[in-house]
Amino acid sequence: MTTNDIVKPENLVYAKTPVLSDAVMHYCPGCSHGVVHKLVAEVIEDLQIQEQTIGIAPVGCAVFAYNYLEIDWQEAAHGRAPALATAVKRLHPHKYVFTYQGDGDLAAIGTAETIHACNRGENIVIIFINNGIYGMTGGQMAPTTLEGMKASTCPSGRNHERDGFPLKMSDLLALLPGTCYVTRQSVHTPGNVRKAKKAITQAFNNQKAQKGTSVVEIVSSCNSGWKMSPVQANKWMEEHMFQQYPLGDLKNI
Amino acid sequence: MKEVKLLKGNEAIAEAAIRYGVDGYFGYPITPQSEIMETLMAQHPWDTTGMVVLQAESETASINMVYGGAGCGKKVMTSSSSPGMSLMQEGLSYIAGAELPCVVINVVRGGPGLGTIQPAQSDYFQSVKGGGHGDYKLIVLAPSSVQEMADFVPLAFELAFKYRNPALILSDGMIGQMMEKVTLPPYQPRWTEQEIEQLHPWATTGKKAHRSKNVITSLELLSDEQERHNQKLQAKYQQMQATEVRYETFSCEDADYLLIAYGSSARVCQKAVEIARENGLKVGLLRPITLFPFPTEAIHKLAQQVKGILTVEMSAGQMVEDVRLAVEGKTPVAHFGRFGGIIPSPGEVVDAIKQQFIKG
Amino acid sequence: MAKVRGAIVVDSAVCKGCALCVEACPAQVIQLSVELNAKGMNYAAMALPDACTGCANCAMVCPDSCITVYRVKI
Repeated sequence: MTTNDIVKPENLVYAKTPVLSDAVMHYCPGCSHGVVHKLVAEVIEDLQIQEQTIGIAPVGCAVFAYNYLEIDWQEAAHGRAPALATAVKRLHPHKYVFTYQGDGDLAAIGTAETIHACNRGENIVIIFINNGIYGMTGGQMAPTTLEGMKASTCPSGRNHERDGFPLKMSDLLALLPGTCYVTRQSVHTPGNVRKAKKAITQAFNNQKAQKGTSVVEIVSSCNSGWKMSPVQANKWMEEHMFQQYPLGDLKNI
Repeated sequence: MKEVKLLKGNEAIAEAAIRYGVDGYFGYPITPQSEIMETLMAQHPWDTTGMVVLQAESETASINMVYGGAGCGKKVMTSSSSPGMSLMQEGLSYIAGAELPCVVINVVRGGPGLGTIQPAQSDYFQSVKGGGHGDYKLIVLAPSSVQEMADFVPLAFELAFKYRNPALILSDGMIGQMMEKVTLPPYQPRWTEQEIEQLHPWATTGKKAHRSKNVITSLELLSDEQERHNQKLQAKYQQMQATEVRYETFSCEDADYLLIAYGSSARVCQKAVEIARENGLKVGLLRPITLFPFPTEAIHKLAQQVKGILTVEMSAGQMVEDVRLAVEGKTPVAHFGRFGGIIPSPGEVVDAIKQQFIKG
Repeated sequence: MAKVRGAIVVDSAVCKGCALCVEACPAQVIQLSVELNAKGMNYAAMALPDACTGCANCAMVCPDSCITVYRVKI
């Protein structure tokens, strides 16, 4: 049996979801963003909510998320995505609203907007990409940068006496009564991709059930910013990032 | 049905918003404008018209909530006073860049910094010159009565939607706090989802199969495209300048001296015109109603007729710069201002005319 | 036990050669090509097609959604 015998429409088991556009993503080779975009798109397809979903894009590498998912989008100022999402959801209570934010956007400049949207229990989904570095601006220190980890604004490594400690934002958000689901996932292995997809599905289902805010943190790699190959970056993430940011549900009610 | 009520300026804004069918108000308390949100909350319009009213965690959040709501094609608004407006400048720049319609009310207090809670007009530059980063303009309306506070809510929304541009009602602590008789318009229903989809096909209402996705953004990395976008914005502002200028004149026909003042100062100047004329001085008043677009042409014309122009502002002299640009040296232009929450008296204004133009 | 055979089709123009699929494949089916695509990347390709079971692990971790997976029972 040759490859040509197998590659037939009736044998198809996995293809790109039509919720993803045909635009080639601008992300670096091996970037976790592409996988998470795909999972959000697949969940939107599975739940058949493409016509009811409004995404809020951040400032950071994912600023162009709106080029890749075939849904209506609003592009927010840096850190303000949860404020936009709050209004969109309040004014469209039956639509599905999610923000897609990086660590700088969600855990530094937008900390107030994030915490207060979660504290109000806005019925939204927050997808939080935590790769411990500022990718788009060229590898500066993030609020989630690990101690000792090098970045262009802490070239000798993050030192808590000077730079503060890595911020465990999801732990903080899990304490708030407004959140119903706070989980930390990754997308570096097929098994983790499956789990992350399940988590994103649950988050959107929570929104349908009006349970409050769901936060899905994806501990991600930024191989360019970390100055490693994609495969090395995933290994480094397992060895270092997961110690500070262990995977699993922090809250699920 | 129309209704006549005795209201504070701030209350009139809230009443007018509910009656006009506004979909959402997002705000943060600050003196002297907190009655706007308080009145809305007390009226609980979510039970009647379905209007959403939300107290945000900051002015930064409230203006970005306005961005989100405006992006949905809804009629949304916020209000604040000077220090809060400074926080909103980032959001306003994005809203102007993304070409979203919304209404913002600034009940101005004295600055800089925390300043004072008393009335001032020292946010003129911030309001008419853009305020945030980038080349953009707000449509700026300056009410001088409680009635105009109510009337300018619908007007501001109409202009905002006509041009897909934020509109600012530039009030001050005096008009916000004082009580006057107001005729309130009848209730009108909020737009339905179908109406929004039809009227505002650009809005994020959920991507239907028959149309491509709608993206609300102010980002364009290609220089050619960004220049085109800026040219489009500038063309819009020129269109506003050509068609939306609003102003009022009092006793200008035979005037030898012209006062130019907006908002509270214009009320003071109306009295000053009366006093001056009783003293044999032919003084007129031009009151800009739109501060952007500015009544440049009308001022330029009157400048040929009068011996001097005095701007009266509760600031160190901000609008006077635009007046000078309009006058182009045709006649002397001077400024009289009080600050720190002090409202000039009509007598002071008349004295200032004499001192500036009728020496000896 | 039914045996399965799989195959993948890589959109070689889109592939950025990140090699995450190479790592994710349990049967070492995929390798980066020697040739470059228009981006100048060594794109992913099946090196051991007979070993592919169509498990879709490669497609799942692919950040650029450029792998389509087929499977037949034989």
